[in-house]
Amino acid sequence: MSETTKTSSRAARVPMREQPPEERIRNFREVPLGYTPDEARAEASRCLQCKNPPCVKGCPVEVKIPQFIRKIREGDFIAAGRILFEDNGLPAICGRVCPQETQCEKLCVLGKKSEPVAIGRLERFAADYTREHGREPLQPAKPTGKRVAVVGSGPAGLTCAADLARLGHEVTIFEAFHRPGGVLVYGIPEFRLPKDIVHAEVERLKRLGVKIVLNAVIGKWATVDELLNEEGFDAVFIGTGAGLPVFLGIPGENLGGVYSANEYLTRSNLMRAYDWPNYDTPIVRGRHVAVIGGGNVAMDSARTARRLGAERVYLVYRRSRQEMPARVEEVHHAEEEGIEFMFLTNPVEFLGDERGKVRAMRCQRMELGEPDESGRRRPVPIPGSEFELEVDTVIVAIGNMPNPLIPSTTPDLETARKGTIIADPETGQTSKPRVFAGGDIVTGAATVIEAMGAGKRAARAIHRLLTGGDPTRTE
Amino acid sequence: MHRITEKRLLAPRVYLMKVEAPRIAVKRKAGQFVILRVSERGERFPLTIADSDPAAGTITIVFQVVGKSTRDLSMLDVGDAILDVVGPLGRPTHVERFGRVVCIGGGVGIAPVYPIVRAMKEAGNHVTSLISARSRDLLILEEEIARYSDVLVVATDDGSKGFKGFPTDILRQMLEEGQKVDLVVAVGPVPLMRAACKVTAPHRIPTVVSLNPIMVDGTGMCGGCRVTVGGQTKFVCVDGPEFDGHQVDFDLLAKRLRTYEEMERISLERASQEECRLEPVIRAIQREDTTP
Repeated sequence: MSETTKTSSRAARVPMREQPPEERIRNFREVPLGYTPDEARAEASRCLQCKNPPCVKGCPVEVKIPQFIRKIREGDFIAAGRILFEDNGLPAICGRVCPQETQCEKLCVLGKKSEPVAIGRLERFAADYTREHGREPLQPAKPTGKRVAVVGSGPAGLTCAADLARLGHEVTIFEAFHRPGGVLVYGIPEFRLPKDIVHAEVERLKRLGVKIVLNAVIGKWATVDELLNEEGFDAVFIGTGAGLPVFLGIPGENLGGVYSANEYLTRSNLMRAYDWPNYDTPIVRGRHVAVIGGGNVAMDSARTARRLGAERVYLVYRRSRQEMPARVEEVHHAEEEGIEFMFLTNPVEFLGDERGKVRAMRCQRMELGEPDESGRRRPVPIPGSEFELEVDTVIVAIGNMPNPLIPSTTPDLETARKGTIIADPETGQTSKPRVFAGGDIVTGAATVIEAMGAGKRAARAIHRLLTGGDPTRTE
Repeated sequence: MHRITEKRLLAPRVYLMKVEAPRIAVKRKAGQFVILRVSERGERFPLTIADSDPAAGTITIVFQVVGKSTRDLSMLDVGDAILDVVGPLGRPTHVERFGRVVCIGGGVGIAPVYPIVRAMKEAGNHVTSLISARSRDLLILEEEIARYSDVLVVATDDGSKGFKGFPTDILRQMLEEGQKVDLVVAVGPVPLMRAACKVTAPHRIPTVVSLNPIMVDGTGMCGGCRVTVGGQTKFVCVDGPEFDGHQVDFDLLAKRLRTYEEMERISLERASQEECRLEPVIRAIQREDTTP
């Protein structure tokens, strides 16, 4: 390709087609439609192919970004997919849900003068292409005879399992739900991550020889000690996530129609309540819905409520737009879909009707004061600013605490004050020999890719342990 | 998949099933429950484990047909399988030698109180069981409860068997007579548990209730089963299902249980209509099958 065409195509990224807002609020299908091969090649040609690529440093699993993009530019999409799979077990998922704008794309050299290369969209394209064209990217290694139990089948568990299986270990995943995928299936909605994609990734894992035991609540059905001592596993990886919803602790929180985001999304996504009565699980289809919180889960909840037919959906956040932790893209999508943002607003009480259902929410206005320990300006209530907002459904999306089922049933597993498992950030090694942990159960609620990174590092350490090396050594 | 090895109709619309779940059969303790899903489009719902047979690898569940999911479950037969059985969930009953324990079970709540009666007896307590139903044909597990009770009193609302009235009336009488009671355990419909707590409160007798709210995952992940206990929010699935009855906000629990009342009614109606439409077809097929 000549220098001139390169320059001319570098001005702006190739846009990705999307379902128009007025159409998509009536269905649960994916919103961004993906690149065509031509679009992907055009976008790939914007990449400068830096010798010392800063983008790679922004990636928690260090995907060889310039290399896979180069293959897309050359039209060898399968080769691009293969490069992705070398470092990332779940590229079709990461291409969709990673916050690229704060990771790889943030460091892209092009971003300094114009828009960074759309690395996430290209990752999605190459991964989808490879999957749809049925190329098995990698074969497992020779069996080592070692057995590893992976607890939880979310991003951390799936990644850890995939890497260990590829190294020849016999891996069994234990999942509490009746479907594997963790937050990828119960939490993230179909319109942001189609479940077929998660299913395909899980099937790929099975082809690598990974066994999946569903409906297995570790801590109850079997303990970690039983896995090690009675079931004969050589090591255990705990990736159970941050599965304990935080509530606001204000009056009226237990009224009917008040949900945690976990419950609301699980009902809709995993149990398919959006297709009630064809599926049996019910969900309150509110007319006026308030979502409390400003993260991605809050956006997912608000957009789900809209699709379930809500006339008005308020997103109530106690700080301002700048402090919102949600991805810019998700905020943008929510706004396009008519979600009404109420910044600097905090609920203080939920009011119920005579049947015990929420009918309104009393809120107060906030203003930003001094920065708090997170570095963000602390919201302070404005006296006398209280007002009532009529709502018939409330979704509380202010975060999750680590689920205590495993820590409370594994005596010698050390936890931090907030209930997270203490693990070496480089290896995932916990206080208990042969037991590793990673993802939200260690860090508290974070992102899919960070959990995957932890699963990956733990897989390396477990491999060193099982092959006679020192698991505490990092490469 | 969990095969059904035994099915019995205990009372109109009340079934007992033994279900293969070897690991749960070994691990479960009194007071714990399972979450079931009958079919691919089904919902998840909790049922107390009434008993288990570790050698046979089965657990026993008892349920009343109240909605579509329990109706679907009741339509399975021996040899059929339940799609998902998750457990054992919840904290086991706190069992120790308390002294004199009164166990109250009302209606289909007699099933969950049965393992508690047994565990209390086996821990060396003097157990008085008060079981009740609307009428004698709805009374279940009488023999089983009798086996582990020092005293058993049966009550029916209509007087068709035993004492005419509520089991809480008997409890009140016992306490007014000055009988010494160290612990009361009450399991059943919300009004029964609330009434039991009202009776014991003035006597300051510790009273344990086992709550059965709407649940989804049963592992603390969704918080759908939350109740207010002593002014604090608790998750029944991981903090319970048993709580100090004097601290439970029963009013709120009852209201939360009615959250999906209307949708549940529609689901059940739809399923029943479906069955009506299919019935002539099934009969026709059966006729054809038997025609030589």
